[in-house]
Amino acid sequence: MYGNDLSPLLSQEVLDLLGGVMGGERRGLAKAISYVENSPAHSRPLIAHLYHHQALGKALVVGITGPPGGGKSTLTSFLVKHLRATGATVGVILVDPSSPFTGGAFLGDRVRMAHSNSDPGVFIRSMGTRGHLGGLSLATQDTVLLMDAYGVDFVFIETVGIGQSETDIVRTADITIVITVPGLGDEIQVNKAGIMEIGDIFVVNKADLDGAERVVTEINVMLDMAPRLGNAPNLRPPVLRTVANRDRGVAELWATLQERLQQFAEIGELALRRERRLWQSVLGSVQFQIEQQLSPVLAQQRSGILSRIAEGSSSPFEEAKHILQIIERK
Amino acid sequence: MSHPIRVLIAKPGLDGHDRGAKVIARALRDAGMEVIYTGLRQTPEQIVEAAIQEDVACIGLSCLSGAHGHLFPQVVQLLKEKNAADILVVGGGVIPDDDIPALKASGISEIFTPGTSTAVAVEYIRNNVRK
Ligand SMILES: Nc1nc2c(ncn2[C@@H]2O[C@H](COP(=O)(O)OP(=O)(O)O)[C@@H](O)[C@H]2O)c(=O)[nH]1
Ligand SMILES: [Mg+2]
Repeated sequence: MYGNDLSPLLSQEVLDLLGGVMGGERRGLAKAISYVENSPAHSRPLIAHLYHHQALGKALVVGITGPPGGGKSTLTSFLVKHLRATGATVGVILVDPSSPFTGGAFLGDRVRMAHSNSDPGVFIRSMGTRGHLGGLSLATQDTVLLMDAYGVDFVFIETVGIGQSETDIVRTADITIVITVPGLGDEIQVNKAGIMEIGDIFVVNKADLDGAERVVTEINVMLDMAPRLGNAPNLRPPVLRTVANRDRGVAELWATLQERLQQFAEIGELALRRERRLWQSVLGSVQFQIEQQLSPVLAQQRSGILSRIAEGSSSPFEEAKHILQIIERK
Repeated sequence: MSHPIRVLIAKPGLDGHDRGAKVIARALRDAGMEVIYTGLRQTPEQIVEAAIQEDVACIGLSCLSGAHGHLFPQVVQLLKEKNAADILVVGGGVIPDDDIPALKASGISEIFTPGTSTAVAVEYIRNNVRK
């Protein structure tokens, strides 16, 4: 119903990007991802048109998270191998931290994906966190949408399981695999708030190393104490063992992943998560647009507001009302 | 809004040393660029495909095996075939001075030999990638 509002925004640039993505062109998809990553505000019409074309919702989104060096990329690359053996296609998003000081990043996850580098059924994109906190989840979510519209069957997102913005990213997935490894000390990463709740499948990787069984037991104990931790009701998350670099246990993981997705679809969990994800992007868009409108007004009013309050002639509450009035009049 | 320059660092050929490639990768990262590193023994096809997916503005090729003479130009040729000739290609490694004119004629924009400081390479890339 807002089609008329959008059409003036269809610049030639957006049309070309849209055509490239929907036409299944690899370079077009790559350019579109850069566009959403580099210009979060200007790229809204492009994303809006993906919804209008009803090009979304086909791809199953899988979050893969765990500690640095835990074997996430190795495991992802072998999961991709098993996925490809079925003929399915996949987009892979590999997120690694940018330097907060220089903004630069060393993105080395592709090294482990080398055998998929020229497979036409696999599209791999590395992303730096670029220091934009909420912006990172926006960029990855947009990339998921673009890959979906491009036509892949699955999207895998690899992120380090630390920090709020990373957990936010996997929270938007259809299903999340949490990887742990032995040897991280007594207070294992599993206890970290947030990580237990987001796991739908737990993997103890590096099962060839000492202490793996203990980690398996610890996770099982925690899951038994709080069986609803994996947030699908009545579906206790399984705990699997893998040796990713030798492709041991990965076929079982792939089978479990497919089975769980099937169950999620049957019990309505998948639909529920997608509705939640969509609602989150509605809320996110509202917040984004309000901030876009607010920030120039706030900057302009700041000194006036502060001095009025200091003089005792106003208060934060009244000033907020005043700011909203200014925005309404615009 | 300004955003980081994306560079793919790749090692075509069969030699198994990537110390040089990692030194330049680190220098580019410290200069604020996003460096995508693809690892050892990549074919020109794999390198070009990765560069396209990552939408980089520059490919840095490092080669110590002496095979630069045909591998580097092959990368440039494949970029042309894939409509991606706007990607800047630079090379580094153990490359005899005598080979440089032919490499440049084939479309490699600049060659950095082991004596070049990383700052020179950083500046060159910053000044010559598509804007
Ligand atoms: N011993 C052992 N090493 C592994 C296993 N899986 C991965 N690795 C190694 O762990 C290191 C880090 O792997 P990587 O996939 O890059 O981890 P990421 O940082 O979580 O993506 C690499 O050297 C892998 O070869 C495993 O199951 N056992
Ligand atoms: Mg990794």
